[in-house]
Amino acid sequence: MPAHGTPPSAGPQSLGISFDGVEKRFGSFVALRSVTLQIAPGEFVALLGANGAGKTTLLRIASLLMNPTRGNISFIHDSESSQPRSAAPRITNGASPKNLIGMVAHSTLLYDELTAEENLTLFAELYGLSDISSRVANSLDACGLASRAGSLVRTFSRGMRQRLAIARALLHEPRLLLLDEPAAGLDRQGLAWFSETLERLRADRCTVLMSTHARNESLDLATRAVSLANGRVEHDSGTGGDPRPILAAVRANSRGDNQ
Amino acid sequence: MKVRIALALFLAAYVICAGYAALFVAPDESTMHEVQRIFYMHVPVWIAMYIAISVAFVANVAWLRTHQIKWDWLGVSAVEVTVVCCTIGLISGVLWGRPAWGIWWTWDARLTSTFILWMLYVAYLLLRGLIEDPQRKATLSAVFGIFASLDAPIVYFSNRLFRTQHPSPVFFGGPDSGIAPEMARVFLLCMVVISCIAILILVDRYRLERLRFEYEELRQEVESRSLDSQFASGKDKS
Amino acid sequence: MTTARATAILLAKELRLEFRTRELLSATVVFALIVVVLFSFAFNPTAEESRQYGPGLLWIAFLFAGSLMLHPSFGREHANDTLDALRMAPVSSFAIVLGKMLANFIFLAVVEAILVPVFGVLYNISLAGIVARLAIVLALGTMGLVITGTVFSAISAHARMRELLLPLLLLPILAPLLIAAVEATVGLFADQPQLDRTWLAFLAGFDIVFFTASWILSDFLIEE
Repeated sequence: MPAHGTPPSAGPQSLGISFDGVEKRFGSFVALRSVTLQIAPGEFVALLGANGAGKTTLLRIASLLMNPTRGNISFIHDSESSQPRSAAPRITNGASPKNLIGMVAHSTLLYDELTAEENLTLFAELYGLSDISSRVANSLDACGLASRAGSLVRTFSRGMRQRLAIARALLHEPRLLLLDEPAAGLDRQGLAWFSETLERLRADRCTVLMSTHARNESLDLATRAVSLANGRVEHDSGTGGDPRPILAAVRANSRGDNQ
Repeated sequence: MKVRIALALFLAAYVICAGYAALFVAPDESTMHEVQRIFYMHVPVWIAMYIAISVAFVANVAWLRTHQIKWDWLGVSAVEVTVVCCTIGLISGVLWGRPAWGIWWTWDARLTSTFILWMLYVAYLLLRGLIEDPQRKATLSAVFGIFASLDAPIVYFSNRLFRTQHPSPVFFGGPDSGIAPEMARVFLLCMVVISCIAILILVDRYRLERLRFEYEELRQEVESRSLDSQFASGKDKS
Repeated sequence: MTTARATAILLAKELRLEFRTRELLSATVVFALIVVVLFSFAFNPTAEESRQYGPGLLWIAFLFAGSLMLHPSFGREHANDTLDALRMAPVSSFAIVLGKMLANFIFLAVVEAILVPVFGVLYNISLAGIVARLAIVLALGTMGLVITGTVFSAISAHARMRELLLPLLLLPILAPLLIAAVEATVGLFADQPQLDRTWLAFLAGFDIVFFTASWILSDFLIEE
């Protein structure tokens, strides 16, 4: 069992995700139309697009909160040390990898009437983690909330709640991290911690799928940019491609529209 | 289209025949005389209701298992038919009861149970009306529908058990025992006709639901294609 | 994560949440008390009538209070979308539902434990000697209420007018339970208290049927 605080042991299992003809409709409203996308293990994908383009829907399907109306998703397991680079990564469909997925959503996903420590402990227990009290303590320490561990989340500021929400998502050391505008509401201290965390995750080959529509420094870490429009993939820099042109275009757009 | 009109006309003709038979051909009943003729509508309506409830149950289960939207269409249609039949049955029962036995209502086992059944299925329709998302609407109402269907026999059973310990007049036993053959024929005719009406309504309602869905689909498709083309020509998205 | 373990964790969470504020518990006790007291204004029962109608009153008070109390069961998970957090965790849907059912059962049991003695005092019905048997009837009846109520809380949480919808869905379904529970209680309040096995069996049957249905259908309740 890796000691808390240090990166997971060498050869962590990376998790990619593959969307195959995924369509999602809510009644007759089509949120996603035939999205086919393969995100290789270890990629850091910036998911761009205007409001209503389908980013949140895509993330919710990836997190197994929703089933697609048509098409399916599958997870790509890729163990670093055990296989040579040339071997094709295995795609498995059946087993539920909930233990390996973490998500930061629009809502905080926290119980306001529980303390920060109780919230993290609850989820640590639900994910079947070991060494819970020290994990929770370290997590609170890392995001700067150790002094407020015993306070109800209801009393937290927006920035503190967001920090706790992110800490919650990372608690079980997920290999696929889904972020829906995670920087929203973060204060300066939180943003710094968040960027640091993302860098560490990228170094660990944790797959990250981050949606954002505003300027966000963390976008510089992205290895790939995918933009959605009207439920479809509009631009995709591809695995191994250069995300910067797309990112620059989005930045230019957002400056122009004052988004 | 023509077939449906033809069927409707055909059925209308049968309804007229059945109505005539019930009112004039069937022999006069010894105790209740004219009022008894409600029986020719009243009982078939209950039979139609039980069939509709069974269809609803099957549709609910099928939706949950297959997630094919047609089962939801069938489910809501069947429940609406159930509620309509139940309402007609209850009202006609009251109308029959008053002149025949002098009281509007009594809390005997069967009446009470049926009233509860009515409430259950009305609740189903209310539930549907209050949920926006169509997927959720279908799934959650199906779950409730299954609970309601499971409850139906329990309701009847408990009322039987309850009310037989507190005896009260039983109203609807009897017509099947020793029914005169002429009456039986008219009854059969009315039963067939009313069942056909119920089925026709069911099918029509199903069709309405399907058309609504297809219309929405088309509308959305048109909307998004226009959005697509706007997008392609480089205009601002709204 | 086994269902049993997950249920235990979630049950602990529910209990911790409620016992920290005890808002819901106190409100429910007070509401049930109001129903019980109002009855005496509406009917002004004699001692004999109290024994006859008392059980009905008691169970109606529990049903009404219960259906109000059950709504926040899933209603509370709407804030901050915490239900999504539970769904993402590797726990079965049934664990989520069962955890809430058990918590609701405990809450209602507390309400009943407070209310029944008060009721006995207000209507001069002696509970001595029937406490254990009454507890059995209460337990079986409460189980039925909690099983169906928790399921419908999950259903109505997604609908508009959810506070009104829950009783609307719940009370018709519980009609048979009401009959059975009241009849069993009437048997106990009689001069020669008797535990009516038929009604007890009926209650148990009701509980089993709907518990099984909940177990089979829990995925549909929780998943989107």
